[in-house]
Amino acid sequence: MAASIGAVTSRALHSRRHHRKLLSVGRGLFSGARRLVAEGETHFGFQNVSETEKGEKVYHVFESVAKKYDIMNDSMSLGIHRLWKDILLHQMNPYPGTQLLDVAGGTGDIAFRFINYVRSQWEHQIKQKLKSHQNLSWEEIFKSYQEEELKLPGGSQVVVCDINKEMLKVGKQKAQHLGYSEGLSWVVGNAEELPFNDNKFDVYTIAFGIRNVTHIDQALQEAYRVLKPGGRFLCLEFSQVNNPLISRLYDLYSFQVIPVLGEIIAGDWKSYQYLVESIRRFPAQDEFKAMVEDAGFLKVEYRNLTSGIVAIHSGFKL
Amino acid sequence: MMHRGCGGVGAHVVSWWQGSAGAALSSGLIAAHRMLPIRWLGGARMGGWLRRAPGSLRGLRRLALGPPFPVGRGDQLPHTDLTVTAEEHVDEERYYQLYPGHIPTSPLQKALLSAGSAFMALYNPYRHDMVAVLGETTGSSALRSLRDKMKHDPEGYQILQERPRIRLSTLDVTGLRELPDGTFGREYVRFLDSNRVSPDTRMPVKFVDDEELAYVIQRYREVHDLMHTLLSMPTNMLGEVVVKWFEAVQTGLPMCILGAVFGPVRLSARKLQILTTELVPWAVQSGRNASCVLNFYYENRWEQTVESLREEIGILHPPAICV
Repeated sequence: MAASIGAVTSRALHSRRHHRKLLSVGRGLFSGARRLVAEGETHFGFQNVSETEKGEKVYHVFESVAKKYDIMNDSMSLGIHRLWKDILLHQMNPYPGTQLLDVAGGTGDIAFRFINYVRSQWEHQIKQKLKSHQNLSWEEIFKSYQEEELKLPGGSQVVVCDINKEMLKVGKQKAQHLGYSEGLSWVVGNAEELPFNDNKFDVYTIAFGIRNVTHIDQALQEAYRVLKPGGRFLCLEFSQVNNPLISRLYDLYSFQVIPVLGEIIAGDWKSYQYLVESIRRFPAQDEFKAMVEDAGFLKVEYRNLTSGIVAIHSGFKL
Repeated sequence: MMHRGCGGVGAHVVSWWQGSAGAALSSGLIAAHRMLPIRWLGGARMGGWLRRAPGSLRGLRRLALGPPFPVGRGDQLPHTDLTVTAEEHVDEERYYQLYPGHIPTSPLQKALLSAGSAFMALYNPYRHDMVAVLGETTGSSALRSLRDKMKHDPEGYQILQERPRIRLSTLDVTGLRELPDGTFGREYVRFLDSNRVSPDTRMPVKFVDDEELAYVIQRYREVHDLMHTLLSMPTNMLGEVVVKWFEAVQTGLPMCILGAVFGPVRLSARKLQILTTELVPWAVQSGRNASCVLNFYYENRWEQTVESLREEIGILHPPAICV
């Protein structure tokens, strides 16, 4: 435990020194907020807090933003977060039969997209078979008639796991409202200690959640554990912008506009202040790639979206 | 002197924040006793090339993103180089939270907040917090003149010194209920009961960058219900608009003026007619006639009759209309 804290701390410090060399401007007060993190301490935005405190604070943040979470995402990212999530699904390219675990999946965005994708893949497959005059088995014909979708095609399953009950509640309501019911389960769980057996899932995703986890390395180890051999780890997260001009505009927008939006739309300045600060504290693309490799994943790659505002990290358990 | 944290100010000032709704709300997320570095990091982080830019551009940037209150060390903004001395330039000493619940904001943020809160308040009139935010971000000059009025009046000065708060925990509601009818205290409690409101639902102050002015606006918010009592206006839309007209004339707060002008938009034609023909002229006249309503120590006047208090302040008798 102490070793991993030490490892994370030293990596964090190293990353800051690394940043110093690479990024000349736009990191001003970040440097000021940089202080040696003591044992048992971690960061909550630009504050230093104890590790137990961080978990509680993060829980409270998401408890208070849960109801306005989706609306805020749309207004803060001007709807672009939908594109990011679509790109994640395209990269995942699930086939009917995939077992997905979506951690920190709260309001279900990734899960619903997964279900849509798998269904459309299935329909595509059926159409292809019909076009090429292949004989469909009775099973397949029967399944294609099941418009009510009593089951997801191929037995696909998605489990949405989140530590925060409010977020899950909002997700469940959304699912009901949008008509998603089958192949979908909602589980309360901590990313650092998942309530699942080993080697269970084909794909593990965590979208915009891992920066809120107190011990990222533990979350990565858990991800490794619950994936089947051959399974894929996918992480969609805010990352460091590589273009200096865009970086300055992004900083300006993040610190000046986003908390104001939070206050006006959700009545909550501080949660959104935490949001933009936590983005700055998250390790950069290469460093996070190293962390994913440390957890045992192979063929780890990352892909920047929108100049690095967001990055998708992918790794395989082989 | 900007170096003012909670610790540097007199005990009576600290005490007015203790137990306030503000402290309770702010400590939920960040400990109230913690001093936070200023949050308008966008400005400081823009450092580098903009800082070295020629005069006018720098001036513009400082205007939009600069500190919300005068900076101590000459005119220099926080150092943004990433060399070893970064720690010294965090300027935590300068950009402290001035009071629990205070969120320092840059002028750009204040402008965005004003625009956004005005829009949101009109769009969704149930967002009382938006009205509060609008008042805070637009009211700096009006608050200053109010504070000066208070300073030049003996009772107002006493209020500024003692910083009383009107809260359920400090009000002796049962005692007030036992007062005879027609007394200010009795009528106030009657107003609270019949409109089903409580003095504890006032929003805490967040965006005012001066601790004394923050108290002035907090006092204004808490006195608002007392105004309802003195003007005999209920808390429906019409009643609120009338009180807003009165307060607009009295305080000059842009939020009151906007509320008074745009509030009637959502009223029916009949109510609008009553408003324009009878209620607004009376409210405006009373507002002009009355001395500053913040200069009365209402907590000492519960036993006074409403009529005599109205006369003392200068509020004209309300028209006999059922609102």
